[in-house]
Amino acid sequence: MDYIDYYKILGLSKSATEKDIKNAYRKLARKYHPDLNPNDKEAERKFKEVNEANEVLSNPENRKKYDQYGKDWKHAEQFEKAKQNQQQQRQHRTYQGGGQSFNESDFSDFFASMFGSAGSRQGGQSVRFRGQDFHAELHLNLKDVYTTHKRTLTVNDKNIRITIPAGVANGQEIKIKGHGGPGINGGPGGDLYIKFLIENHPTFKRVKDDLYTTVDLNLYTALLGGDITIDTFDGKVKIKVKLETQNNTKVKLKGKGFPVYKKEGEFGDLYVTYQLKLPTALTEKEKELFAELAKLR
Amino acid sequence: MEEPTIISITTFCTQYNVPETFIQSLREYDLLETVREGDMEYIRVTHLQRVEKMIRLHFELNINMEGLDVVNNLLQQVWQLQQENQELRDRLKLYE
Repeated sequence: MDYIDYYKILGLSKSATEKDIKNAYRKLARKYHPDLNPNDKEAERKFKEVNEANEVLSNPENRKKYDQYGKDWKHAEQFEKAKQNQQQQRQHRTYQGGGQSFNESDFSDFFASMFGSAGSRQGGQSVRFRGQDFHAELHLNLKDVYTTHKRTLTVNDKNIRITIPAGVANGQEIKIKGHGGPGINGGPGGDLYIKFLIENHPTFKRVKDDLYTTVDLNLYTALLGGDITIDTFDGKVKIKVKLETQNNTKVKLKGKGFPVYKKEGEFGDLYVTYQLKLPTALTEKEKELFAELAKLR
Repeated sequence: MEEPTIISITTFCTQYNVPETFIQSLREYDLLETVREGDMEYIRVTHLQRVEKMIRLHFELNINMEGLDVVNNLLQQVWQLQQENQELRDRLKLYE
């Protein structure tokens, strides 16, 4: 746990007036407010810092203690009495927005050691807010989301069984109603948001509902045509290779791609790119025959 | 039992402890569409999260109605860019 320079966080000097503090706080709060910076964890962190700095410096009593004892925070027991007084005045408020959420009680250890887990908040309207929305990430591989299946997750010591619909997209979020934090000041409870992070498969790449893959094609099948069998998520599929197929030729297998989210029976397409593999370690006889072929050209 | 899809403005304002004039202002600035049934006006439950956000921005950051309109439009653009960015990242994985 390190000493935190609250003046530096607000970009102020120790001689800053109350008005300077208020102005600096408002300016930085507008800059880093989670509602204005959706999905930005760095902004969320800075907003917490700015709030904490303001909690201390905007309260003359806290500021005095901080100026006097800040660097000796390890002797925090000296503030125990003050802490007890403050605990009676605690007021928590939850900020949420754009996929971000946090509670003001989430102060640094440094702050907690000097002022208790939450400092006193002066004034302000006691607005009732819905409980904190919880956000969780679930890492899945591509094969996992090819079919609809159920999973049991443990969130905040509670087991929740969820259905993961086939075709869910990378980065997509689903909302589980009522599994967030309790309401603040009598507000309704929050929700749980689960974000799916899907890794691409080693041989299949997904773009929306379509899949892309590359398969090796030997020289003879490429030249003379024929049948090859390839693996798909739906099992093995036989493809007819056309006569004189060129390297990097792309063919579309309609309906063999990824299931379309929440549209049962609908699938994207599978695009197969042929990668020509030339024979190596030719025998004398093969060399002779290729030389003969070359002469014909 | 089916969950309600609308909430009366009076209930909402009591629950969230905000004045009804705030909701009226949101409506006047086209920041919120309300539903009228008989003499009562309602907010759609699907709009709650957006209204909560506007409450926070207005009361905590002192952003006025014009400012909320600008913020909403810019956040919509941010969201679209993030979506586009995600799609491009997915496409880029094809070449990795």
